[in-house]
Amino acid sequence: MSAPATTREGDVRTRAGSAVGGGWRSVTAYWLTLYRRIWKSTVISSVLAPLLYLAGMGYGLGAIIDAPGRTAVPGVAYVGFVATGLVAAQTMMTSVAETTYNVFGAIKWQRTYHAMLASPLRVVDLVRGHVAYLALRLLMVSTAFALVALALGAMRGPAALLTIPIAVLGGLAFGLPVYAYTAGTASDEGFNMLNRFVIMPLFLFSGTFFPISQLPQVLEWLAWASPLTHAITLTRAVGLGSPAPLPVEGWQAALHLAYLLAWAIGGYVFGVRRLRRRMVV
Amino acid sequence: MALIEAAGLRKAFGDFVAVDGIDLQISAGESFGFLGPNGAGKTSTMRMIGCTSPVGGGTLRVLGMDPTTQAAQIKARLGVVPQQDALDEELTVAQNLAVFGRYFGISRAELYRKSGPLLQFAQLTEKAGAKVDTLSGGMKRRLTIARALINDPSILLLDEPTTGLDPQARHILWDRLFRLKREGVTLVLTIHYMDEAEQLCDRLVVMDHGRIVAHGSPRELIRTYASREVLEVRFDVPDHAQKAADVDGLADRVEVLADRLLLYTHDGDAALDALTDRGVHPQSTLVRRASLEDVFLRLTGRSLVE
Amino acid sequence: MTAQPTRRMPLPFPIAFRASGALVERNFAAARSYWRTFVSGFFEPVFYLFAMGVGIGALVGDIQVDGRAIPYAVFVAPAMMATSAMNGAIYDSTANVFGKLKNSKLYESVLATPLQPAEVAAGEIAWALLRGLVYSCAFLLVAAVAGFVQSWWALLAIGVCTLIGLAFASLGMAATTFMRTWNDMDYVQLAILPMFLFSATFYPLDAYPPVLQGVVQATPLYHGVALVRALMMGELGWGLLLHVGYLLALSAFGLWATTRRITRLLMT
Repeated sequence: MSAPATTREGDVRTRAGSAVGGGWRSVTAYWLTLYRRIWKSTVISSVLAPLLYLAGMGYGLGAIIDAPGRTAVPGVAYVGFVATGLVAAQTMMTSVAETTYNVFGAIKWQRTYHAMLASPLRVVDLVRGHVAYLALRLLMVSTAFALVALALGAMRGPAALLTIPIAVLGGLAFGLPVYAYTAGTASDEGFNMLNRFVIMPLFLFSGTFFPISQLPQVLEWLAWASPLTHAITLTRAVGLGSPAPLPVEGWQAALHLAYLLAWAIGGYVFGVRRLRRRMVV
Repeated sequence: MALIEAAGLRKAFGDFVAVDGIDLQISAGESFGFLGPNGAGKTSTMRMIGCTSPVGGGTLRVLGMDPTTQAAQIKARLGVVPQQDALDEELTVAQNLAVFGRYFGISRAELYRKSGPLLQFAQLTEKAGAKVDTLSGGMKRRLTIARALINDPSILLLDEPTTGLDPQARHILWDRLFRLKREGVTLVLTIHYMDEAEQLCDRLVVMDHGRIVAHGSPRELIRTYASREVLEVRFDVPDHAQKAADVDGLADRVEVLADRLLLYTHDGDAALDALTDRGVHPQSTLVRRASLEDVFLRLTGRSLVE
Repeated sequence: MTAQPTRRMPLPFPIAFRASGALVERNFAAARSYWRTFVSGFFEPVFYLFAMGVGIGALVGDIQVDGRAIPYAVFVAPAMMATSAMNGAIYDSTANVFGKLKNSKLYESVLATPLQPAEVAAGEIAWALLRGLVYSCAFLLVAAVAGFVQSWWALLAIGVCTLIGLAFASLGMAATTFMRTWNDMDYVQLAILPMFLFSATFYPLDAYPPVLQGVVQATPLYHGVALVRALMMGELGWGLLLHVGYLLALSAFGLWATTRRITRLLMT
């Protein structure tokens, strides 16, 4: 999880203020400038952490779960199961980190957003700029993870590269609604609640580490509400080599994608609306 | 007996010498000011007196005790108002007083008795249950002062108490400080604004680059280091140095500032007449009484608020 | 004069720390405004317990420990309890303390009172332990109700968790004094996450390659997990005192380092 990034006012003015008509790109550039300064520490939370989980849970626990003639999911090594789960789960985590304290700080603590809106930038530019930045970050972390997992043989086949765009979309399906929440919230106390009661349970119960079919019936239905469940269903369909041990029909895939898109687009629309209500008074 | 006594007091941070051997005697009931620009060594001196910064050299006695070995005993009898309020943002106004009092080991019953009058003093009675972050700057500063009084301190240390406050809040604060002074509390202040030093301090020292460059009452300092009146003249020129010759000989002393000339004289109006007689017509003029600002300019060659 | 000036020693802990109580009172008063966060802290280990029990437990089945087959949930529940003691102590002593050091300048005003740096450190750590104590009790109750506890010795695990908390809170607070920005908090994760995953938490020590077993045994959490596991499973032995000694030594070092650092940082 990354903590609020600090900034100097000057950066904001030069980045955003010089861009008359620079629009959302200048906002993305601002976030990237900030990111360049702190990227080292985020490598830990967004690259190293998922790999540690892969090692600890995938390989370590896998050694206990997979016995000769027995696997957790028929035909799938446990490490592959975990790898295809983590690739999507980690974008969810990164996405939430990038849309909670950082955005709240820009609104309330550093007041970066106020400075931006004093320039020709519009509210919608702020949101778009952040979404573009977020998508870039998710692309980075999911690519890094997928390549390592492929190199280790935890994920297999060229189709496994498709887990990258799926994971990015899955991340946006979380990040944008969370952005919308952050845009309107008055205090940062809710983030603790969000992490504990939404993100953490979803991380554990969306099929990352074990099939949701093992959950009690009611909870299994609930798990299908989680965008992560849908993202993981897709990453498992493409990431475990061919023939796919956990395949998904074309129409099913379309439904899963549509569900993720609905969350992302809904989050975006609400995000713009709530940020406008917050900032334009 | 002096409440605070320093001889050759020093403090260095690495190569930077913040306090460079100062001597001080502050007596009970006195209102004593440290005057100087940022970085003059005022805050470092205050922190050594407050026992939150180890003495770097020389000797220091506070209430007759040694800050190095008796810090807790000294601090039990001090009230400290730091430059930044450093209030407990997570607590309410009343809780700030109560919790702070507990740090001194004061009993809950006694704190309960004390907080009413202190809140009244700080004009915050109605705000007792409010969270600190909802208070205005002036209210916060008054609460900080009330908090510093919770242990009935023998000495109240105030580091730039009015910096950042609006004029009205400053006047309310001055009034509160006068009351404390009347009640016999020894006030030790660092001050950035001259008008304030003249109003609040019985005695003050002017510090610059870690040294004391002058000391005395505000009136004495003005008498010694400035004239009775000052004539300020402004011209419509980019550099006022080129106009210095025009006023030559009209005053005891002339200071050239970026935006004006200062003529130090016992009679400002007479100097202005003489200037007009020479056929010099400035863009604007002002005759005023000399202030500590002028003392500071004279002593350091710099204006105080930069 | 109301406050009684008394001579206060800078060390050792926990003698002469009556004054630290005032800081605990302060934290308690402040906690009333974020009680939701406080309560929510209890749920995280319970979620993990549930995920391990019904989820991974079903995949693993029974696990072989010292030639004995035990249900996975029984094996992993003590690890969750020890881990949550570690996490709570780390959170309280890093993020919480950093906020007070940097943002609110709380300690500057506290140190203007008769409280000394060592007392401030002791007060913060005591508060972290009190919070941890509440969580440990609640966790044990849930684990017992779920049937994951096999011995009354488990009650002693509450004490062990307090010791784990002391070790991590004191180390965490010392580490916090070195931090410059909030982003440095990520380096704490760099230490915590591997420990969480690799301290014989999710599978027994002999599942690790022999070269790594030594590394695992060197981590503080390993000793905490081993203690709690032995108590919850009712398998006592003198060897356990070794774990206790390790954690005590670590705590002593952490307290010493914290006091030194706070003095260096704030009393300049």
